[in-house]
Amino acid sequence: MSNPRDILGPQRFSQSHAAPKLIPPNASVTKRYFIRVVTGVTSLLTGMRVTIGKFFDPRTTVTQQYPENRDELKMAERFRGRVVMPHDADGEHNCTGCTLCEKACPNGSISVLNTKHASGRKILGKYIYRLDSCTLCNLCIEACPFGAIEMGTEFELATTRKEGLVEILNKKAGRL
Amino acid sequence: MSEPAVPSALEPASATETVAAPTSAIADWIRDLCGDQEWLAWVVITLIGLGALAALASVSAMVLVWMERKVSAHMQLRLGPMRTGWHGALQPMADGLKLLFKEGLLPRTTDLFSYLLAPFIPMATALLALAVIPFSETWQLADPELGIIYVAALSGMSVFAILIGSWGSNNKYSLLGGMRAAAQALSYEISLLLVLMTAVLMSGETAMQAIVQSQEGYFWNWWLIRAPGVGFIAFIAFIISATAELNRAPFDFAESESELTGGFHTEYAGMAFAMFFLAEYVHLLVAACLGAVLFLGGYLPPVPALAFIPGPVWLLVKAFGLVFLFMWFRWTFPRLRIDQLLNLEWKFLMPVALLNLLAAGALRGWGWL
Ligand code: SF4
Ligand code: SF4
Repeated sequence: MSNPRDILGPQRFSQSHAAPKLIPPNASVTKRYFIRVVTGVTSLLTGMRVTIGKFFDPRTTVTQQYPENRDELKMAERFRGRVVMPHDADGEHNCTGCTLCEKACPNGSISVLNTKHASGRKILGKYIYRLDSCTLCNLCIEACPFGAIEMGTEFELATTRKEGLVEILNKKAGRL
Repeated sequence: MSEPAVPSALEPASATETVAAPTSAIADWIRDLCGDQEWLAWVVITLIGLGALAALASVSAMVLVWMERKVSAHMQLRLGPMRTGWHGALQPMADGLKLLFKEGLLPRTTDLFSYLLAPFIPMATALLALAVIPFSETWQLADPELGIIYVAALSGMSVFAILIGSWGSNNKYSLLGGMRAAAQALSYEISLLLVLMTAVLMSGETAMQAIVQSQEGYFWNWWLIRAPGVGFIAFIAFIISATAELNRAPFDFAESESELTGGFHTEYAGMAFAMFFLAEYVHLLVAACLGAVLFLGGYLPPVPALAFIPGPVWLLVKAFGLVFLFMWFRWTFPRLRIDQLLNLEWKFLMPVALLNLLAAGALRGWGWL
């Protein structure tokens, strides 16, 4: 279930919904009537074939029995959990500290605090993310030109300490 | 009562013996017990029969509610109720309890008499119709000579519940739903009756028991198959008009959740709503049983070798098959517009049913049935 659209089976979907044969413009009333009846019945049967297929195919079910299958829970790729900053094996991230995400955020949930590299160039110092005011709207991710941040799949975000909701996402300062 | 609309080629219905007394082991035993007190035996047998029907109706309504939830869920890639009992099997109980504990609201502007009367009608008509369904040669509460006319009359009754309830609610959404239901029932009643007449013509009988008996033998003696083409078309027409009579999607205009906020039952809450809700499912069972009786050989097994399985099981298997078909329709087809609904009836279904009736008459007349 990498792509949520796969659930619907895009191939089969488009085949079974081939463009309906249009009624010829000069058809007589009787002919129109019968064409309508035939196309109507075929489209109904097509629909019934789709639903019965889904009914008897347990693999198509998307509902998950959440608390029970917590360990093998499958998250959809487009799920919007909290904002995360992926780090590679060396602990490096892609953020350049351009602050586009900070400007894109409608809630001011992101603060990009930059610092100076030894060479005098500006690099990312602290990337502060405030989950408490974030609406998980995805605008910051769309704004980032470097793909440095993404929406995580973590959703069990409840906490008893509100300090836990403010976090520094980068593990290291930026590189040049 | 006026002359029954039975073609003269058939034996005229006898007017005297309208209701056959139930003859089963239990009934005989009770008659023995009561001795010459025949009225007592009659009262006891009737009460037991009614109790059994009420039990069957409530149990099957629960099963059907569960089935509807599961079928809809699996067709929509969901799982449906999973927590209450095995695969949510106790969900109908939970639903019922919830409705039971809800306050029975009584809006101030209602017309009290009709508002309170309406919820009882659909359940009553459903139970009355269930009384003539033959579950086996002996398991039938009553077998009136004109059983099929009786069922048709009852199916016409159920629209009154919607009309009275919607009028009594004094709510514009309810009234719109009720008016739509009236237009719909008025139209589809015609094709339903034409289909019932086709079945009468094919079998030459009007009593339910006799219609089932006329399909004795192998499954190709069922009217669905035996009358070439005619039976099949009649069956399809029956399914369509029964769906409309039942006010089920794609013909659920009386409710129209999306535009009428529930239609005729907008103002009903608690048990009053539950009565409508459960009666809907009893009606579903009645319609499925009727379809099984008319076209699928009722309680008869498909091959005589399978006769060791009792008749009620066969009837329920067939009926639940048809119920599944109704549910399959409901969760596949989008709702029509009201003009499309009436077009479908007057421009397609009624002509087809009428021609089919003529064809059945021709087959009968030439002695091909
Ligand atoms: S997801 Fe939306 S609210 Fe949350 S940090 Fe990004 S832009 Fe701000
Ligand atoms: S996360 Fe992307 S948009 Fe935000 S500061 Fe870093 S590079 Fe710029």
